[in-house]
Amino acid sequence: MGLLSDPNRRRALINLLTRLNAPICVVCYIAGVTWFMGLAFEPFTLRTYMSENAMGSTMVEERFPSGERAVATGREFAAHKKKVGGMPVEWLVKTMQARGMEVYTQRFSRTLPFPDEDKERYLVKGTNVYGILRAPRAPRTEALVLSAPCTPGDNNNQAVGLLLGLAQYFRNQVYWAKDIIFLVNEHDLIGMQAWLEGYHHTNTTGMDWSPLQGRGGSIQAALTLELSSDVVTSLDLVLEGLNGQLPNLDLANLFYAFCQKIGVLCTIQGKLQRNDWDSVSGYSHAVQTMMLMVMKQASGRPWGDHGLFLRYHIEAATIKGINSFRQYKTDTTTIGRLLEGMYRKLNNLLERLHQSYFFYLMPSLSHFVSIGYYMPAFGLLAVILLLRALDLWVQLAAPPPRTEDGVADVEQQSSPGPLSVLTPLVISHLTGVALYMLPIQFQEMAVAQFPVSETEAVVLTAIAVYTSGLALPHNTNRLLSGEGTEQGWRVLKLVALLYLAVLLGCTALINFSLGFILALTLVPAAAFVTPHVPKFLSAFILVVLSPAFTLLFSVFFFQELQEMPVSFLDGWLLYLSVISQGILDHFLYGSLVYPLIALLVYPCWLLFWNILFWK
Amino acid sequence: MAAHRCSRPVWLFILCSLSVFVIAGSHDTTVTHEQRAGVVDDPQTAAETAGQTAEQTAAEERQWEATEVREATPDDAAAEKQDTPAPETVVLQSFPQPKDDFQEELVVRPLHSGDIYASFQFRTQWETDFMRGNKVSHYRLFPKSLGQVISKFSVRELHISFTQGYWRTMQWGQPFLPSPPGAELWVWFQDSVTDVDATWKELTNVLSGIFCASLNFIDSTNTVQPSASFKPLGTGNVTDHRFLRYATLPREIVCTENLTPWKKLLPCGSKTGLAVLLKSEKLFHSSFHSQAVHIRPVCQDWQCKTTSWELRQTLNVVFDLHNSGQGKREWSLFKMFSRTLTEACPLASSSKIYIDITDNPEGEQFELSPATSLLSQAVVLGDRRTFSVYDLTQPATFGSVRSLNLLIRWKSNEGHMLRPLLHAERYVAGYGLQTGEIHTLMYNYHPYRSFPVLLLDTVPWYLRLYIHTLTVTSKGKDNQPSYIHYQPSKDRVRPHLLEMLVQLPPNSVTEVTVQFERALLKWTEYTPDPNHGFYVGSSVISALVPSIVAMDTNNTRERPLFSSFFPCKEESSYFVRVYTEPLLVNLPTPDFSMPYNVICLTCTVVAVGYGSLYNLLTRSFQIEEPSPGLAKRIANVIRKMRGVPPL
Repeated sequence: MGLLSDPNRRRALINLLTRLNAPICVVCYIAGVTWFMGLAFEPFTLRTYMSENAMGSTMVEERFPSGERAVATGREFAAHKKKVGGMPVEWLVKTMQARGMEVYTQRFSRTLPFPDEDKERYLVKGTNVYGILRAPRAPRTEALVLSAPCTPGDNNNQAVGLLLGLAQYFRNQVYWAKDIIFLVNEHDLIGMQAWLEGYHHTNTTGMDWSPLQGRGGSIQAALTLELSSDVVTSLDLVLEGLNGQLPNLDLANLFYAFCQKIGVLCTIQGKLQRNDWDSVSGYSHAVQTMMLMVMKQASGRPWGDHGLFLRYHIEAATIKGINSFRQYKTDTTTIGRLLEGMYRKLNNLLERLHQSYFFYLMPSLSHFVSIGYYMPAFGLLAVILLLRALDLWVQLAAPPPRTEDGVADVEQQSSPGPLSVLTPLVISHLTGVALYMLPIQFQEMAVAQFPVSETEAVVLTAIAVYTSGLALPHNTNRLLSGEGTEQGWRVLKLVALLYLAVLLGCTALINFSLGFILALTLVPAAAFVTPHVPKFLSAFILVVLSPAFTLLFSVFFFQELQEMPVSFLDGWLLYLSVISQGILDHFLYGSLVYPLIALLVYPCWLLFWNILFWK
Repeated sequence: MAAHRCSRPVWLFILCSLSVFVIAGSHDTTVTHEQRAGVVDDPQTAAETAGQTAEQTAAEERQWEATEVREATPDDAAAEKQDTPAPETVVLQSFPQPKDDFQEELVVRPLHSGDIYASFQFRTQWETDFMRGNKVSHYRLFPKSLGQVISKFSVRELHISFTQGYWRTMQWGQPFLPSPPGAELWVWFQDSVTDVDATWKELTNVLSGIFCASLNFIDSTNTVQPSASFKPLGTGNVTDHRFLRYATLPREIVCTENLTPWKKLLPCGSKTGLAVLLKSEKLFHSSFHSQAVHIRPVCQDWQCKTTSWELRQTLNVVFDLHNSGQGKREWSLFKMFSRTLTEACPLASSSKIYIDITDNPEGEQFELSPATSLLSQAVVLGDRRTFSVYDLTQPATFGSVRSLNLLIRWKSNEGHMLRPLLHAERYVAGYGLQTGEIHTLMYNYHPYRSFPVLLLDTVPWYLRLYIHTLTVTSKGKDNQPSYIHYQPSKDRVRPHLLEMLVQLPPNSVTEVTVQFERALLKWTEYTPDPNHGFYVGSSVISALVPSIVAMDTNNTRERPLFSSFFPCKEESSYFVRVYTEPLLVNLPTPDFSMPYNVICLTCTVVAVGYGSLYNLLTRSFQIEEPSPGLAKRIANVIRKMRGVPPL
């Protein structure tokens, strides 16, 4: 502070920052990206370890014997499912009751804002069935959840079978201190959303559900099981939940610890971990794993049924059985033992999982990057915005070049009315509101006018609104009294830079991946744009760096990471479906990415577009 | 429901009685059946007649046992005395001695869920007066520790229960003695007590020592004075709730260290009698465990001129068939308690085992061995039940092997439980750590009759209730409570108390919701495990529920026509108390770990740095001229005096 309160040194510092502003920004950007890429390098990461004492030192034995019977139950379930043509509610109720549980059902219905073409549903009606295994001598204050979705087709029957098998086995054990809720939900996430809303008696998304009859108190942890074959080669752990929320790292540690103990291959993002971190391929493997996590987290959508639990502060993860062409197979008994072990340890919990990290990235299942390590990468990008803002501030505050006759003129210029900043702000935000509202509002009209389906109508309307927003600068100029002044765009850009910095900062705190990906593209755009750069080239660059293109690149990049590259046309179709899914996620589960982009990020980007076409 | 033809106010308290057998007076006895023509007006007469009949036919084989009257109420003491085997002469001989009496019994009820419910009751009665400066020093059956507590703290009534687990009303029906999870204590003090709060504080600490429990954690923040829900169960109609204190500790864990002192209060300890069955390794291997002590004054005779003190020790336990049954549905005393019975407690005037065989009149549900021909009927909680009775004071009960091992072998799985008419549950709605909503659901399953219930809610101060958001709805309509007593909380001093009298419409769910805000505690106020959450005790629902017996209007049982036109008043409703589950609520909790320290540290640094940053932002800095030297200043002074501009 002493440095800054001395005007001489302060001036020198500011001079340095303004003179070297561009190179410093470039260095920061490169450093930020490099830092981020370095996160996947194993020596820079930490090994995972169990922080929770209640789960660490207490050893449990796994004795689940009846995997075969569970598989048979799964087949029976499949047969009944086929017979009923959906969820075999009666059979499930009877089976769960026979296993000595309190069984309840919940009906729900939901009309989607527009048809979901990926999952082919519009009017969704279903029933959740859940059985509560009451812990002896427990006062119904705490519960654990094990859920398996009832999916159409031949999927996931084994998961339901194993769930029922575990229920039967758990029922005969005496050590339970928490109630265990076995839930079979229909229509995957929609059913889960209905159940969770019913359990907590909230209604955030306007769904119709019948109230729940039985409860088990506050839910401490939940696992979702997805299993579609009798034997599996590996188990995959899915962590990313709604809005990029992650469960406590101890849940991942617990899974990893039991996989090690029982000897099951375990993966995250479908990637096994490798030991050759010092080789190039080993490093790129870790980068791929981490990037997959970043992309999934940034999407803000729940990547499994567990994702919706996180809103209610319930630690949850999805365990997926994967059957690939490996030789070594794991049978259902072993998976049952793994789950039994995990539940016994969760049962030992005295407090909610809180000891370990909630903000982390995982380059492999045994290593993690905590928030303290990855935040500097974002900070280095965000500091560019602040440096540019400082530069502008200094330029604005500096006395204008003295001309003998232009004193009055300078007076006028140096105080551009608040209107000049307010107008573009308001107009761009109105465009954002239009982008948020119109696609859903106008779908019927669009369907009537054009030969498209509802879903296409929504997506195309969104793209149309987005594109028409680009025509904005001319409108703004016309609204302003005269030509934009030099001072005017500087003030606007200063405001826009600070706005973007705050916006990205807040986003990165909640969902680092989203904030970082947005910063990667928006920061360069925000840094270089002035009305004095070549118009055509800059406009092209700016469009390429806009949020919509970021999403397009992300789609291709994600496919590349998953080793499923797509052609451009397929990619485009995928892009359209991703947009519709994003909008659906918002309306169905309350994902915030779509409103964030539409209401805040896109208007902010429009401000920079506005600056480019200032004159 | 025992209050019948007599309408003395005393009977009203019996209405609230938690006694195991709340019996419809003489109605069910053989005597009454036989003498139905000459309608018995006074229960006392009936009781005496019953007693005589019992004596006459004691040695004979009986179809119906005639002793229920004794169980009915404390007011039937006279009848009971006649019924006891102790000869009158003994009583007369020991007349100067205070009379005391001990009874023990065990009720076993096979539940439809496949579980089995065992309820022990031990009753000690003593004609003495602890009050008015009487120094009672000679104790025989009554435990001295409790007697001293009564006299020292001027206790009128004391009810304490320790429960581990939650009673599953929908699977098990109503319990004989309801109790909330954790510890519950309510005490009526004599009106001679001047400083009730101080006495209460001292009493809880003493009881904490006696029962080896954390009752010392009862303080003003969890004590309330309910205005209507807890009325005295003994004699005396004091209703000034200034002398009542009620507290629950929902977190209290009950284990062997609470059982041992409880057993020590029994006259026979756990050496003989029914108490030999109370082995902790079996009792705590169950689905539900509850033990309680109730002390109250009761009438000594029917005129109620003198009172005697009654100590009731009860223990309820539910065993899970599923866990240890392994497919074979069979229960025996040995399997439940790992002991068999060989004798009654020698000090006990009566020692009996009752097995509920109502659902098994023809033996098609389960088989009971050894068989007994002694039957007994009673109206328990509004339902007419039939019991097989084993009298342990009779040597014949133990048979040739000198040991009694009751065995129940199920034959069929079917069975339909009469759904309890009143049921309640509670949960916290909402998410996030700022606000929430408490929902209390009360189910009235009666097909056509509505009845009022008293809801008592005690909520700790750190959940700040928004009482203006209180809504009571049934069947989608607003339900206006006819009585509301609300005492707002004071931070760190006292909890919220909310009492409401709500009418439950027939066959409906009534939902009471109230929103709350979660307070941020001071950092020293958090428990060592703050992330576990904070408990909110059970709400208490007290109700007079229309009896199932009265519901029975289509004459499924054979009854004389003249007796069945008007629903019998005395059986028309019964008192029941239902406890909801306690709540576990998470409060906003700082992360008491390393990052927390880091945050504290950075906040300090930021706070220190703030001043200088604020300076930088608000002041404009200019280079100051170096201050002039001494010579120059003197010169300037001179120049000023001369009127010349300074240097």
